[in-house]
Amino acid sequence: MSNSDKTTSLEALFVDAFEAYAGNPPPANAPMPVNGLAPLNAMQGFRRQAIERFRELGIPSRKNEAWKYTHIPEALARGFAVSTGGSIPDPGAAETAQCALAGLDAHIVVLVNGRFASEHSLIGNLPEGVAISGLGTAASTHPDILRNHFGHYASWEEESFTALNTAFASDGLFVYVPKGKIIEKPIHVINLQKTNERLFLQPRHLLVFEENTQAKVIDTSCALTGDATFTNAVTETFVGERAMVEMYLVQDPGNDNAVVSTTHVYQETASTFTATTVTLTGAVVRNNLNVLPNAPHCETHLYGLFLPGGATQVDNRTLVDHAQPDCVSNELYKGVLNGRASGVFNGKVFVRQDAQRINAFQENKTIVLTNEATMNAKPELEIYADDVKCSHGATTGQLDPEALFYLRSRGMTKQQAQGMLLHAFAGDILNRISIEPLRRMLDERVTRLFGE
Amino acid sequence: MLQINNLHARIEEQNILKGVDLTVSAGEVHAIMGPNGSGKSTLASVLAGREEFEVTDGNVLYQGQDLLEMEPDERALEGVFLAFQYPVELPGVSMNNFLRQALNQQREYRGEEPLSAGAFLKRMKACAALVDLDPQLMSRAVNDGFSGGEKKRNEIFQLAMLEPRLAIMDETDSGLDIDALRTVADGVNALRRNDRSFVVITHYQRLLDYIIPDTVHVMVDGRIVRSGGKELALDLEKKGYDWIREETVAV
Repeated sequence: MSNSDKTTSLEALFVDAFEAYAGNPPPANAPMPVNGLAPLNAMQGFRRQAIERFRELGIPSRKNEAWKYTHIPEALARGFAVSTGGSIPDPGAAETAQCALAGLDAHIVVLVNGRFASEHSLIGNLPEGVAISGLGTAASTHPDILRNHFGHYASWEEESFTALNTAFASDGLFVYVPKGKIIEKPIHVINLQKTNERLFLQPRHLLVFEENTQAKVIDTSCALTGDATFTNAVTETFVGERAMVEMYLVQDPGNDNAVVSTTHVYQETASTFTATTVTLTGAVVRNNLNVLPNAPHCETHLYGLFLPGGATQVDNRTLVDHAQPDCVSNELYKGVLNGRASGVFNGKVFVRQDAQRINAFQENKTIVLTNEATMNAKPELEIYADDVKCSHGATTGQLDPEALFYLRSRGMTKQQAQGMLLHAFAGDILNRISIEPLRRMLDERVTRLFGE
Repeated sequence: MLQINNLHARIEEQNILKGVDLTVSAGEVHAIMGPNGSGKSTLASVLAGREEFEVTDGNVLYQGQDLLEMEPDERALEGVFLAFQYPVELPGVSMNNFLRQALNQQREYRGEEPLSAGAFLKRMKACAALVDLDPQLMSRAVNDGFSGGEKKRNEIFQLAMLEPRLAIMDETDSGLDIDALRTVADGVNALRRNDRSFVVITHYQRLLDYIIPDTVHVMVDGRIVRSGGKELALDLEKKGYDWIREETVAV
């Protein structure tokens, strides 16, 4: 069988699943969330267009420059059943509790296999008008918000995985913060996975922060038991005028599970958006983070920390598209690669012709601990405006032997010295995390990982 | 305390130490002077265990043990301390954490309990005062953004904290103005004890006005070519290294 035949068969798996799904719409009295998708169902044509587009675009192979180092067809070749609903397995209260963050007082949303599990979620009291729920629920409670935002930022016309997700989208996180509201406690989304078969999951998240709002969102994964999963998540985030939003994505799905996470962020005037992406484990992890500050005076911060070992592949692809003047973007991704891990950083900053007075900084630093680990870094700046301040850079190397020697000359073992330096290296990102229980958890993970 | 016999060492293909002999007894201060490239810093590096140097001949006994067989951290735990010529910046590693780890590592090795937070802080303050090191620096990352003088003081501060048996000071005087030099020298003098030895490596005689050595050695081309009392340093200052070089050739 040739390579292209194999790829075709991978796509056929999804197209066939779609036909079965679309051809058998759930009965009107089916349990949530599928039957709650009135507006989504109203977009059946949209779904069909999306699956058609997916068929045309195909699963990206290594021949595709943007997916050169990340072996998606290989990861999919293990065979996955496409999740299109059915009953939600009950993860159990005790197991769910393990996935919470110690000491974190938060609005907790539990998604089980990508679907909102209200009985495990602890959303608590919210300011008036604020909604935190499953996207399936929101389809009936907030149809206007979905109509105005769903599918507006994540382009299924251009991205294969977004097209695939859009074709199947049925549930995920929904956050709506109306004008002027502040959510003081973080929103913590726990992505629980529990399955007895290899499952392809497609959560779809929509977060809408209107004018002058503030919120922090933590997204963690928690693989409980069972077979491998491949998650194709798509998140759309709208950050309204003067809104301030922080998002933390902590990826720790275990080394058997694959993740493609695509996030599209749309920023309005003078808004501030900060994303921190931390990747600890995974079989293949691909993050597409796209930010469009589409109005003046926006501020965008993108931080990343990836610490893979084993045979994990971590591929971070970011895009900041400065379409409007007077904005600032600042990007710092740091990685430590152990074992046979591979890392990719491909950061692109666009400064369009009329986007004057942009300050855009981008940096990637990676430490490679073994001879078998590899890193590919490609920072890119494309500038069409003339009055801008931009810089980018990437360094990949080993721990500084002189620094190691300095510590050892004070009595620390090689292991301790290395742990101390790696901890300090990662601390550059960890110390920017404003939610203390999250920072502490990650700090402890880093300590365990590197010793000290 | 320290006995170096016929030590030869090279880096890559270049022979640097070509037969160094040196004996330092407990409580003594030995100064090693010499022109650039004579091998002074290489000697310090080999003693501290820097891996890029290869010892090709000779041996080093430290308190009766084979020093060259020990890992750098083992040497430190056994009481060898190197004050670096170019202290390394460690962004993100706080002075506080660094010192506590180092000190407790050494205490554990000696079978002592870790210092309490209060005792540690007290000790840190006292040692910082000894070399007039700004206590504010304790909350910063090790050497990160320190001035040249602060870095050198930080080395002697660590020396005071870790209480080694054998302290090797590699050109601690370079980059210090005269006031700082006096402060650092006063600090070192306060740390002199009859069971602690110092090997002070310097290019200039000036430091030895303040840290009075028991013996001065002159190193040329990878060997100690002359040893004497402190007046040897003054002779060198007056006549320059060429004088020794010529005499050595003549001999």
